[in-house]
Amino acid sequence: MYIIIGGGGQVGYYLTRELMRQDHEVLLLDKDANRVAELTAELGAVVKRGDACEARTLEAVGCVRADMVIAVTGDDEDNLVICQVAKERFGREKTIARVNNPANEKLFQKLGIYITVSPTNNILHLIEAQIPHHKLVPLITLSRVGLGLVEVTIPANSPAINKTIQALELPATVNIALIARGETNITPQGDTVIQNEDRLFALTTENGDQVLRERILVDDSVTATDTVE
Amino acid sequence: MNVIIVGCGRVGAELAKILEKDGHVVTIIDKNGDAFGRLDEGLTAARVVGDGTDQETLVRAGINDADAFVAVTNGDNRNIMAAQIAQTMFEVPNVVCRIYDPLRQKTYKALGLRSISPTIVGAKLIRNDLYFPDGQVSSPDRAIAAGDAVPLANPKRGQVAKS
Repeated sequence: MYIIIGGGGQVGYYLTRELMRQDHEVLLLDKDANRVAELTAELGAVVKRGDACEARTLEAVGCVRADMVIAVTGDDEDNLVICQVAKERFGREKTIARVNNPANEKLFQKLGIYITVSPTNNILHLIEAQIPHHKLVPLITLSRVGLGLVEVTIPANSPAINKTIQALELPATVNIALIARGETNITPQGDTVIQNEDRLFALTTENGDQVLRERILVDDSVTATDTVE
Repeated sequence: MNVIIVGCGRVGAELAKILEKDGHVVTIIDKNGDAFGRLDEGLTAARVVGDGTDQETLVRAGINDADAFVAVTNGDNRNIMAAQIAQTMFEVPNVVCRIYDPLRQKTYKALGLRSISPTIVGAKLIRNDLYFPDGQVSSPDRAIAAGDAVPLANPKRGQVAKS
């Protein structure tokens, strides 16, 4: 594949190196002459000086034949423009943008950026997954299909305990894919009974998320005083 | 109109002044509180310190009630992003931004973003003044298009062209 990367910071550098090891054709762009010199010393001729959000620059590096354009500068606005220019002027559908401010992920998706990566959100979710908060922890968001994989641990006061999956009357927008119970993994059936401390993994839409929360968890205001160990 | 301006540089400050003079309610946002020093004391416009590309700041500045939104920071990309946030996330009906780079302006015009490019506008106005230094012609653009351009050789050396 031919991959263009905008932004020669740490992420851009390591990404370029790894992709080259996987035998892809890579081109790394950075605006700063000194940085380009450093990167060229490490990576060779795959580095060019230029502003990746300028159509002229992208044209000069053959954007029209790129399989993917990846924007990993430190600034969300630059990453946004890189991807939009690549898409609008060069017809590149497969754009990936790093999004530093988690609040911008939705904006980028609405504007047609193919994949957004928010390091802040990713780490946040990993942290949340470690805390027994008894709430829905988003594990992965598959934004292109509008689905998310969430994890929730059934708390002792859950209204779902001793109910069957069927009795929960979950809509089609919620699919409980797996239940981890102690050391065992259970493939849920309609007659599977929910137990205290069960870890549910569900594929849901955003609305489905809400319904699942209602069926599984007691009103948030009641559990607000949960302390973290 | 309720107008939000992002960027209290020279243009932002001037725009705030003339919009308020026209009777509109202006809110102006800048990352740096010192920038508001450019505004006249008498200006009632609300000043908000913050990042105009941060949605929380925009909400604080009243974007949910905004009729119009202007992005005139000194960065093209920041203006582009702020303007798209206003249009896409908050559905502000009237959005204009400044984009210096003519090519980028073209790209974003196709994406439905209205903008002014001082680069293009400024160059044209200067050309018009070069061709018609006495302000002889009321519509220089039309005259130039019709082939009536005054050659740059006029006025002769030793004379001074008046604007």
